[in-house]
Amino acid sequence: MEPSTIVWLLPVPPLLAFFLIIFLTNRNKTFSHLLGITAALLSFVGSMVIVTLAIRSGHLGEEPFTSVINWFPTGDTWFQIGVWVDPLTVATLFFVAITILMIFIYSVGYHNFGQPKGDHDQPGLPPHGATLEDEHGHKHRVPSIEPMYSRFFAFISLFAFGMYVLVVSNNLLTLFVGWEIMGLCSYLLIGFWYAKPSAKAAAVKAFLTTRIGDVVMLLGLAYLYYLAGSLSYDVIFSEETLHLLTSTGTPFVGISAAVLIGLFLFFGTVGKSAQWPLHVWLPDAMEGPTPVSAMIHAATMVSAGVYLVIRVFPIISAGMQHGEPTITMNVMAFIGAFTGLFAATIALAQNDIKRVLAYSTISQLGYMIAAIGIGAYVAAAFHLFTHAFFKALLFLGSGSVIHGVEHGVLHTGEDIDPQDMFNMGGLRKKMPLTFWTFLIGGFALSGFPFITAGFWSKDEILADAFAHANWPVLIVLAFAALLTAFYTMRQITLTFLGKSRTKSAEHAVESKWTMTLPLVLLAAFAIIAGWPGIPGDFPLIGGFIPNFVHEFVGETLAEHPEAITFSWIPLLISLGVSLGGLALGWWVYRDIPAGAPDPLEKPLGPVYKLLKNKYYFDELYNYIFVRPSLWLSQTFTYLWLDRKLIDGFLHFISRITFSLGSIFRNYIDKPVINGFGDFVGESVKRIGRTGRFIQTGRVQQYMVMALIIAFGTLFYYLFILSQP
Amino acid sequence: MISLSYFLVFAAALFCIGLYGVLARKNAIAILMGIELMLNAVVINLIAFWRFRSPEMITGQAFGVIVFAVAAAEVAVGLALFIAIFRRRNTIAADEIDLLKW
Amino acid sequence: MTVMQVVFLVTAVVSLGGAVMVVTTRNLIHAALWLILTLFGVAVMYGLLSAPFFTVIQVVIYIGAIAILMIFAIMLTRRVKQEPGSSVNKGWWLAGLMALVLFTALVWMLSTWPGFQTTLPELPQDFDSIKVLGAALVSTEGYVIPFEIASVLLLAALIGSVAVAWERKS
Repeated sequence: MEPSTIVWLLPVPPLLAFFLIIFLTNRNKTFSHLLGITAALLSFVGSMVIVTLAIRSGHLGEEPFTSVINWFPTGDTWFQIGVWVDPLTVATLFFVAITILMIFIYSVGYHNFGQPKGDHDQPGLPPHGATLEDEHGHKHRVPSIEPMYSRFFAFISLFAFGMYVLVVSNNLLTLFVGWEIMGLCSYLLIGFWYAKPSAKAAAVKAFLTTRIGDVVMLLGLAYLYYLAGSLSYDVIFSEETLHLLTSTGTPFVGISAAVLIGLFLFFGTVGKSAQWPLHVWLPDAMEGPTPVSAMIHAATMVSAGVYLVIRVFPIISAGMQHGEPTITMNVMAFIGAFTGLFAATIALAQNDIKRVLAYSTISQLGYMIAAIGIGAYVAAAFHLFTHAFFKALLFLGSGSVIHGVEHGVLHTGEDIDPQDMFNMGGLRKKMPLTFWTFLIGGFALSGFPFITAGFWSKDEILADAFAHANWPVLIVLAFAALLTAFYTMRQITLTFLGKSRTKSAEHAVESKWTMTLPLVLLAAFAIIAGWPGIPGDFPLIGGFIPNFVHEFVGETLAEHPEAITFSWIPLLISLGVSLGGLALGWWVYRDIPAGAPDPLEKPLGPVYKLLKNKYYFDELYNYIFVRPSLWLSQTFTYLWLDRKLIDGFLHFISRITFSLGSIFRNYIDKPVINGFGDFVGESVKRIGRTGRFIQTGRVQQYMVMALIIAFGTLFYYLFILSQP
Repeated sequence: MISLSYFLVFAAALFCIGLYGVLARKNAIAILMGIELMLNAVVINLIAFWRFRSPEMITGQAFGVIVFAVAAAEVAVGLALFIAIFRRRNTIAADEIDLLKW
Repeated sequence: MTVMQVVFLVTAVVSLGGAVMVVTTRNLIHAALWLILTLFGVAVMYGLLSAPFFTVIQVVIYIGAIAILMIFAIMLTRRVKQEPGSSVNKGWWLAGLMALVLFTALVWMLSTWPGFQTTLPELPQDFDSIKVLGAALVSTEGYVIPFEIASVLLLAALIGSVAVAWERKS
């Protein structure tokens, strides 16, 4: 079997699982999760096969696995779609397949498979627990199974389909198709508990915000198609097309078509990967179940945005002269670095365990985009790769923590928010597996030196910034890394270390194997995923393993990027910010007693309030965009245009018709037509009434009449007719 | 000499008087009398024609006999009818018997 | 003016006068009596026409049976109270007009007919009209069939009138 055939088949199992779950196994929870996991497993196996074949092929960059078919006719030619596996695809496929499979398995445990049905559980609301009675008659509450279990698996299967389509496609149009499918599933899954108003609002917010990005991206795609005549990678990244794009001007002065298209496509990423200013949807998206947060907002969907900009790097960097970044790249570097710092500051003041991770995701994505912005192609792909593993691990870990605390809440009946870190503490003893895996993930995120994957990828970005002497980006990213380590340690300390601050935390239990197994597997990857990317000239350990990432992924570009020579300064900066941040975080947040405020509150003062309220961006957008839109729809369009103008017009027509009808009725129908009918009847009656006097019943009168007529006729025949 | 015209005029006059009686009289029996007058006029006509036009053929007289018989039968039945009507309606005036049985 | 003409005139006047009285008298019995007179006159006419059989029959049947029958019927259908009002109905003038018009028309039409003034032909010497009539009425080359049918008719009339006038026992 040709490799490209396997690639075509990669998105199919999850799609089949989606349809089969919806139409067949919706009632049966076991079959549904079996279908889902089998599909994820099949795609995983297929992906690993492809990865193996790809690595073995040796020169995948020049000869990617590709295969095309004709889709729809366009004039004289056909629009072709197909699959494309080059080194970037391989790297992405690797982490996508693994994380998706892990998350599928995790969802079985997260949604409490095997638990009894809840007491008052309704579809549309999160499960609230069931009451079990044991032999002694003690009632205790246990977690209950999610009522919409099968629906969840159907949706994440569809989502997996969308991601696979995006990754394996060979043209920007099918990439966009996968992009939109994931947008839809994001809406469906964030609003999974659709009876919660906050979830509904969050789903709509996510969809609309990413939509803004998607519209601009579509404009970019259309413009690109118009200029290049195709959207397939092999055409749009070719020398001729790139030259055409850079030399075509646009109505905006000084901006070539390549820059404009690059900016438009980047704007799609700004939406999808939640960069400033379209970052507002991601924190609210934490309303969805935790596997959703892990999948969509760590491993796959937001990564798709970064994948896009990495993929279209040739267009973004087209026209680069002497290593000077293009306008697009500068814009990306600014947005990326700014977002990285911006989100990290907000994460400092969040108390919800998932929110911290959400802002952390935004911040890390900013890192990757800044990396592209400074031209560090390989570093950006590398960080995307490692980030998927440890962020998914962190989210799944947080889900496990929340489950543990919820168990405690059900047990003690306390009324606390199980997601607030200030209600946790001391979970290290209660949930050891979760603790250790979360610690590994947290260290990876902070860039703990050498052993964690995050260190190698972050260090590469900082080294690249240093090598290109891009001081603003370097300083901003370094400061953001410091904050990242700080708030990560804050999170770990508050959650796991010290003493339990609430009774529920005291009664927390470790989660089941379906939840902890993925944690362990992902933790393993969080450690080893960085080692293929160790730079060759790193002191001591460099050179043992070739810098596989650089060699392999770098092949994707037409011009193989040069390796950055090692320099001590960025290494020291990395070490400093990560270790320093971690230490500071632990020191500030150790031994916080129950009920105590956040230690940062007083020193930061009003700044703390600003951070906690996310710089009031939500309120700003609400004021500028949401309220005017609501006014436009509710007042202007609905009330004025629709009801007064259009309905008024229709009422007017109806009134005319009505009065016309009554005119017809009263002046034509009744007098003329009815009158005619009455007239006919009446005249017959009158004729009859008068005529009936002939019928007297008197024989003699009849005889007289007969005689008159007889005489008349006779007279007529005899005399009149016989006249000559 | 008596010609045919005498008898024919006489018969016509009798007939017309009978006609007047039929059409003008109220009482049903009076009407019947008028009918008798008319029938008599007819027979006179027949006999007159026999005598004056073809006395060798006895057809005229035979015809007259038959008419006689019919007239008699008719009177009998008519009077029976009048009696039956009188029993029911208690009147025998033609202009009062103007409704069929309902 | 021959004897025949005088006889004819007198008879005609009597008959017609009687007929007029028949149709104008208020009293029905009087009308019946006048009818008898008229019928007598007609019988005489038959005699003038050399039809002695008819004379006899006229008297016997018409006067003897029919007129008497009429008197019977008049008696039987008398109201207790003698009805007031005229003896003629509303349209009597029209009836008179009709009769007049008919008479005039008939006479005028007849006068145009050439056979109007036919004179009385001579009868053979031993002409026995009764014998000839009798033979004709029963001979198969004659008028036996109308004769028989007339008798059936009379039978039917007999039965019918009895049936019609039968008094139902209530």
